[in-house]
Parts: sequence; structure tokens; C-alpha cells
Amino acid sequence: MRIMLIDDSKTMRNIQKSVLSQLGYTQVEEACDGQDALSKVGAYQPELLLVDWNMPNMDGLTFVKTFRQQNKSVPIIMVTTEAEKSRVIDAIKAGVNNYVVKPFTPDLLSQRISETLAKCQAAA
Amino acid sequence: MDASLITPFVTSIQNVFSTMLQLPVTVNTPKVKSNPEPSHDVSGIIGMSGDVTGSVVLSFPLETAQRVVALFCGEQMDPRSADFSDAIGELVNMVSGGAKAQFPDNKKVSISCPSVVLGENHVVATQTDTPCVLIPCTTDCGDLTIEIAIREREVAGNATNSQQATA
Repeated sequence: MRIMLIDDSKTMRNIQKSVLSQLGYTQVEEACDGQDALSKVGAYQPELLLVDWNMPNMDGLTFVKTFRQQNKSVPIIMVTTEAEKSRVIDAIKAGVNNYVVKPFTPDLLSQRISETLAKCQAAA
Repeated sequence: MDASLITPFVTSIQNVFSTMLQLPVTVNTPKVKSNPEPSHDVSGIIGMSGDVTGSVVLSFPLETAQRVVALFCGEQMDPRSADFSDAIGELVNMVSGGAKAQFPDNKKVSISCPSVVLGENHVVATQTDTPCVLIPCTTDCGDLTIEIAIREREVAGNATNSQQATA
């Protein structure tokens, strides 16, 4: 499965990559902000996106809104420090399928990835 | 400064450090920082805007920062490397993000992308009209501090009343 990690923090991308690797997902493309991600999604064709919210150049919410105009089906998980209910609602309205608040344990991230993929496969 | 804006940082740093680093944090007695008192050697800085404005600084002595970053990243990092600053920035990002979610009355607050400063005796300047609360913390990796210089934005009505009272 092709997965794209979009986070301006290399540290967080490495932590998430490690969790993905433990789940058996090793085909991972990285992007450092929404703009970088938009320039890569066409060629990479990700099957799952993990997106941070606060990033320079283009934030995660703007990225999700833009990406959803061209693709409604690829599952997106927002992984962010934004924990307020209003933010979660904004993200879901923009088109994210699941939400993980930082800090997270590897188990929680694994669980959210698995449940998101299972739901999307069931709906397909 | 309103304590309801300070206590969220205590619970947030304990949550971030225990979840991401498995490192318990003991929070000691807060004090008002007398400017221009220098911070420690390594400071992660984040700005807040919206209903609450100001800055939050997570500051470490160099050795503590190196130990904390090694725990966070799973390897030793050169303090001069971009990856070291990235890790410090992400820690202050998580602490600030977790704290603002606990602010009372559903305040709408945005946080900036973090900046990191390295160097002995550096001073992080804050707005002169905003007191800076310093919270000393102790961990098995060493001591660190959270410096919180934030205030609630005055709503239009209060600002008018305040101006009238001054006039």
C-alpha cells in the first residue's frame, strides 16, 4: 500500500514511519507541507494519507480541502496537536476520515490506521 | 495572569513527556520571571494568537535537551543539526497544542510554527505588558522550564471600558 506522510517535522514523520513499518507498510512517500504534498500526489497516487494540521506554506486543512476536490475516496487521517472539538469538526467537514491527536502512542496510531482502512474497504 | 491559562501547560507537558518519551515530569513551584532573565541553552518557542496571545517557551540546559531528544528520536543528535531543532520544536508544539485545547470557555487560539534558539545566556524577549510565568520542571533527564507569557485578548467592550477608566 502506498502511503503519504505529510508533516513539517521530520521527527514526527520518522515516528509515524516506524509505526507504519511495524504494521508492514514500507512504501511511504514524505511531504513537508501541503504544497509539497499536492505536487507529489499526482505521480505517487497514495492509497492512504496521514496529514499534520499546522505546517508552513500550506496547512493540512487547506491541503485536505484542495485534495478532496480531485479525490473523494482516498482515506485521510489527520495527525495533529489541534485537539479542540471545533477543530475536529472542521477537519471532518473538510473530508478527513479519522483523527489522531498528538501526542499519541504507537498503539493508538496503529489502531486508527487499521480501523480507517477497514472502514474504507467495507464502504468500497 | 489567569491560572486557568497556566495549569493546562502543567498537564500538557506531563502528558506529552509521558506519552512520547515515557519520561515523568515533576512540576515545581511557578514564579513570575523577571525580565531580562536568560533562559536555558536550548529554547523551543511558539506564538499564540486569537482569543489568547503571546508566547510559550520550552527551555532546556544543553545536556538535558540532548538526552530528551535522544529519547524522542531514538538516537543521539548533534545539537547543531536541523533534526535536533526539529525535535525540540515538535515538543513545544505538542505541549502548546495540548494546553490550548484545555483553555476554558472554548477559546479559539492558533499556534505558530515553532522556532528554536540555541546558545548560552540567550534571552527570549516578551511583550512588556504581559507577565511571564516560569514553571520549573524536573525529569530524570535533567531540569527544564516552561515560560508562559500569554494573555487573553481584550474584547471590544472591555477595551472600551478600560480606555474610559484610564481617561
